[in-house]
Amino acid sequence: MIENARAAKLIRLLLRRLLVLICLGLGGALLGATMVRFAPGYGVEERELDPRWSAQSVEAMRRQQALHEGLTSYYFHYLAALADGDFGESDSLKRPVQELLRQRLPVTGNSVVRGLGVAWLAAALLASLGLASRDWIYEASSTAFSSLLLSLPSAVVAMLAVHLRAPIFCAISVVVFPRLYRYVRSLLVRSYDQPHVLAARARGLRSGAIFWRHVLPVAAPLLLALLGVSFAIAFGAAIPIEALCDSPGLGQLAWQAALSRDLPLIVNVTLVVCLVMLAANSVADLAGRAFEWRTE
Amino acid sequence: MSPLQKAAAIVLCTIFVLIVLATMLVPAPYARQFRDMPNAGPSKGHLLGTDALGRDSLSRLLYGTRVSLLLAPAAALLSTVIAALLGSAAGFLGGWFERIVLAVTDLSLALPWLFLLLTVRAMLPLDVPPMVSVIIAFLMMGLLGWQASVRVICAAARGVRDSDFLLLARSSGCRPARLLLRHVAPNLRPLFYAQFWISIPLFILTEANLSILGLGVMEPMPSWGNLLRGFEDLSTLSANPLRLVPLILLVIVVMCFQLVLPSQEVIQ
Repeated sequence: MIENARAAKLIRLLLRRLLVLICLGLGGALLGATMVRFAPGYGVEERELDPRWSAQSVEAMRRQQALHEGLTSYYFHYLAALADGDFGESDSLKRPVQELLRQRLPVTGNSVVRGLGVAWLAAALLASLGLASRDWIYEASSTAFSSLLLSLPSAVVAMLAVHLRAPIFCAISVVVFPRLYRYVRSLLVRSYDQPHVLAARARGLRSGAIFWRHVLPVAAPLLLALLGVSFAIAFGAAIPIEALCDSPGLGQLAWQAALSRDLPLIVNVTLVVCLVMLAANSVADLAGRAFEWRTE
Repeated sequence: MSPLQKAAAIVLCTIFVLIVLATMLVPAPYARQFRDMPNAGPSKGHLLGTDALGRDSLSRLLYGTRVSLLLAPAAALLSTVIAALLGSAAGFLGGWFERIVLAVTDLSLALPWLFLLLTVRAMLPLDVPPMVSVIIAFLMMGLLGWQASVRVICAAARGVRDSDFLLLARSSGCRPARLLLRHVAPNLRPLFYAQFWISIPLFILTEANLSILGLGVMEPMPSWGNLLRGFEDLSTLSANPLRLVPLILLVIVVMCFQLVLPSQEVIQ
C-alpha cells in the first residue's frame, strides 16, 4: 500500500518535472527567438553593403530575409520549424544547425561523461580517505591542492592539456574535481558527525561498514543533486577546453558562433545545452527523492 | 581573523597599493612597442622582459592587474546589489513573486555560466574599442552573475520574514517598503558582504577565460586574460620563465580572496 502511494507520488513528480521542462523549453525557445530577432544587425546581409547592388535588389534581399514579417508571424514560423526539428541554418558555416548539433553533441557528451567520471572518482576517493583518517596534514594538503586547481582558469588548464598532450576529458576532470571535492567532503563530514554514526562507531562497527551503511545513505540525496549540478560545470568547462584543444564539440561550436556573431547557431546551441542540463538536474533530483523515500 | 586570513588580507592590500601606484611604477606605457626588442628577456630597462610585440611585460602586468582587480569588485558589487534587491524582495514578499524569481534563477543556474556569457556577448558588437570591451565584459558579468546569490539571500529573507521583531514592526503599522529597507535588509547585511566577496574571484576567473577566448578585454588594453594568452606559445615561455608571473599572481590573488572570505559562523 505504502509502496503504491510512493510510486504514485514519484510518477506525479515525474509528470510535473516533464511539464516544467516543456514549459521552460518553450519559454527558452521564445526568448532565444526574441534575442535573435532584436540583436543589432539581424537580417542584414554583408552583400547589402556592396554599392553595386541597386536599391530594388537590396529590398528584394531583405524581403527574402523575412524582415517584413510581423513579430507574431516570426514567432509562429520559428516555433513551427522548431517542432519539425528545424533549428534553422548557421550564418557562418552555411549548414543546418540540426546537423551540426547531431555531429557535435556526442563529442562533447563523451568528453563530459568521461571527465565527470574521473572527477567524481577522485573527489569521492580523496574525501572518503580524509574522512577515515581525519589527519590535519592530509586535510590541509588536499584543501590546498583543490584550492590551487580552483584558482586556475579553465582556459589555462586547456593550454596545459595542449602542451602535455592530455586528452580532453582529463582537462575537464581537472576543472570539475576541485569544485566537487569541496562539496563531497563537506557532505560526507556532516553525515559522519551524525549521532547515529557516533553510536555505530562506539559499538565497534568497521569503518567500511559505517561508511556504506550509515554515512553514504544520509549523504546520497544531496550527492545525487550535486551530480546534476556537476553536468553544468563540466559543460561550461568544455567551451575553453574544446576551443583551445581543437576538439570538434559543442563548446568549440559555441565559441566559433560567438566569434562570428552567428546568432541562430549560438542561441540554438545554448537552448539545447539548457534542456540537457535541466533534464540531467531533473533526473538527479528524482533519483534523490526516490532514494530518500526508499530509506525512510 | 586567523593568521592565514590576515596574511591573505595583507597580500591583497599590497597588490591593491601596487596597482593604484602603477602609473608611477611602470617604466613605459603599456601599449608602447620597443620594436627592436621583441620577446626580450629580463633586463634593467624591462624587469620582466618584453612580449612578442616588444611591449614591456611589467607595465602590462601592472595595468592588467589594475583592470582585472578594480573592475571585478565593481561587477561583484553590481551583481550583489541585483541579488540583494531581488532575493530580499522575493523572500520577504513570498507568493507568486518569489516563485517567479526562483524559477528564473533555477533556469539561469541550469545553464552553464560561460554559455550564457557567450550568447549575450554574441548579441553585442565585437569590433569595439578596448575601453568599451572592458565595460561590456564587466557589465555583462555584473548583470548576469546574480543567480546563485539570489537563492541564498531569498532563503535568509524568508527566515527573517517569519521572525518576531518583524511581526511586531508589522503590527505597529510599518509599510512593506520600510520593513524591507529598515528591518529585513540590515539583518541580511553579513550575507550581502559574503556574496560580494564570493563573486570577486569568480569574476576574475571568468574575465580571464573570456579574454583568452578573444571575447573579453580587447588588445592593446591589458588584463590578466590577455596576458595569459601568451601561454599558447610554450617556446617563449621556456625562453623567459618570468612570463609565468601573471599566472602566479592570478592564482595568488584568487587564493587570497578564497582565504579572506568570512566563515559560515560569521555570516550567520
